[in-house]
Amino acid sequence: MASTPLLEFKNVNTYYGDLHVLKDVNYTIGEGEIVSLLGGNACGKSTTMKTIMGVVRAATGTVTYQGQEINGLATSERVRRGIAPVLEARRLFARMSVFENLEMGAYTQPRGAQFDDDIARVYELFPRVKERRNQQAGTLSGGEQQMVAIGRALMARPKLICMDEPSMGLSPLFVELVFDTIQTINRQGVSIFMVEQNANMALSIAHRGYVLQSGAVVLSGTAAELRSNEMIKQAYLGEMEAPVA
Amino acid sequence: MTAGDLFLQQAINGLSLGAMYSLLALGFTLVYGIMELINFAHFNVFMVGSMIAMLVLQAFGLSGQQTILTGLPLVGVLLVGFVVSMVGCGLIGVFIERFLLRPLRNVKGPAAMITTIGVSYILFNVVLLTLGTDSKNFPNPLPPIKWEIGGAVLRMREVLIWGIALVLMGGLTYFVTYTKLGKAMRATAQDPEAARMMGVEVDKVVMSAFFLGSALAGASGMIFGLYYNLAKVDIGFAAGLRAFTAAVLGGIGNVPGAMLGGVLIGLIESGSGQVIGAAWTDVVIFGILVLVLVFRPAGLLGRLAPNKS
Ligand SMILES: Nc1ncnc2c1ncn2[C@@H]1O[C@H](COP(=O)(O)OP(=O)(O)OP(=O)(O)O)[C@@H](O)[C@H]1O
Ligand SMILES: [Mg+2]
Repeated sequence: MASTPLLEFKNVNTYYGDLHVLKDVNYTIGEGEIVSLLGGNACGKSTTMKTIMGVVRAATGTVTYQGQEINGLATSERVRRGIAPVLEARRLFARMSVFENLEMGAYTQPRGAQFDDDIARVYELFPRVKERRNQQAGTLSGGEQQMVAIGRALMARPKLICMDEPSMGLSPLFVELVFDTIQTINRQGVSIFMVEQNANMALSIAHRGYVLQSGAVVLSGTAAELRSNEMIKQAYLGEMEAPVA
Repeated sequence: MTAGDLFLQQAINGLSLGAMYSLLALGFTLVYGIMELINFAHFNVFMVGSMIAMLVLQAFGLSGQQTILTGLPLVGVLLVGFVVSMVGCGLIGVFIERFLLRPLRNVKGPAAMITTIGVSYILFNVVLLTLGTDSKNFPNPLPPIKWEIGGAVLRMREVLIWGIALVLMGGLTYFVTYTKLGKAMRATAQDPEAARMMGVEVDKVVMSAFFLGSALAGASGMIFGLYYNLAKVDIGFAAGLRAFTAAVLGGIGNVPGAMLGGVLIGLIESGSGQVIGAAWTDVVIFGILVLVLVFRPAGLLGRLAPNKS
């Protein structure tokens, strides 16, 4: 690859106590890319996200962001530098208003004109979020919550958004909307790293992808390559997977 | 006094006790809300707060109830007393969090809770060894102004206590509702990991909770002294237990719940003392607590524990 990738994992290993989760994992995410991470339950997809965010530390190997090693960097500093999460199951602050959730997304950003611009951009992207801005986040529908979760990530002025199963538990209509939005955000210059079990949808918008199995990358390539790969076809594309509750 | 006057008088007394318990209960609730830890050190941080307040008032040359102040000197002395005991207790809370509890943050099981019990006894013994076990006369410089409402008496003391409690609880509510750090505290209480991934420095939030909670215990300690005109090394246990009960009654982790629970416990204490005798107060308080928990396990306003994902 010519230019330095935005984010890179080199031989990363992570553990929860004795449990070895990620095993010598390598990923690269280029500027402007949508990269999808596929894999079954409990293979380490969310652990990958948490390792990017610095909530879980790489025991060995290096995580590099914008050409700099960030293994020891605090989560707050990673967010400040432009890595923002859309967490598995959305994880909104249920008893805070939609607006307050968006404020939390902007936690590392200065308040002021920039904040107002960012809020306006989120409202423009999701008019429904604007309508619901004073509602308690926990009372929103799943699809609305996902919009707020994406809006919350955008409030951090991210260069990279890490999404953990953004289509989980959503109706087909909302899944469509979420994936459309991901592409819109990506076209505005934000790189996307997206964990998905919905391989069909994920590979239809991703540029490249990785397949994780029991914590090891077993396959990687362009989205087109992965779509035509026999193993993928059998394991992930055979039918639309039922969303995990 | 008619029955109505008695009732009114007990309500007045109960509200003062309630103000004291509410402020103390908030410390339990702030810490529990954020880290699901029952901080037993809080009992004796409160006691230390009343000792600090006493020493400050004595440093101004006040002793017992002989010296009466008015006007600016009164306001100044009370203000310094509250500020010093609050900041002093706040710093003790920060010390406990930073050096004794933070190393245990990721240790599962009861280690942190046991540590807070140990710290409570250390505070108790430090005061015991330096200031002794005797009951001390807590200086009270308030002028003996009182207002008669029917047969009940409203003294300046009550008005002061209510005023201080309202200002502090209003301030805390404002802080938690509108400030950036306050919102970070609420977010952390609801989902610590998600808050962290928004860029919240959770250590800072936990430390703030300890500072605020302990500072409120300091104010509560000074109120205890002004209310009872005494300071004693063992006041932390009874008052702390009632305040903890208040927090559970209101719904532990819930800020308005702690305020409500504290006022209710105060009113129950003075009411039951009047109706069936002070010896029964604890029986009534814990009886009501048990009943509430049976029918509303999360407390009156609901327990706001972190979301489990
Ligand atoms: N905090 C933790 N402590 C201990 N083990 C954990 C922890 N988090 C995850 N694990 C374990 O690590 C493994 C990988 O978990 P991870 O959440 O990364 O899976 P996943 O690929 O995201 O699965 P899913 O598709 O179900 O979300 C699992 O076996 C899980 O039980
Ligand atoms: Mg997962």
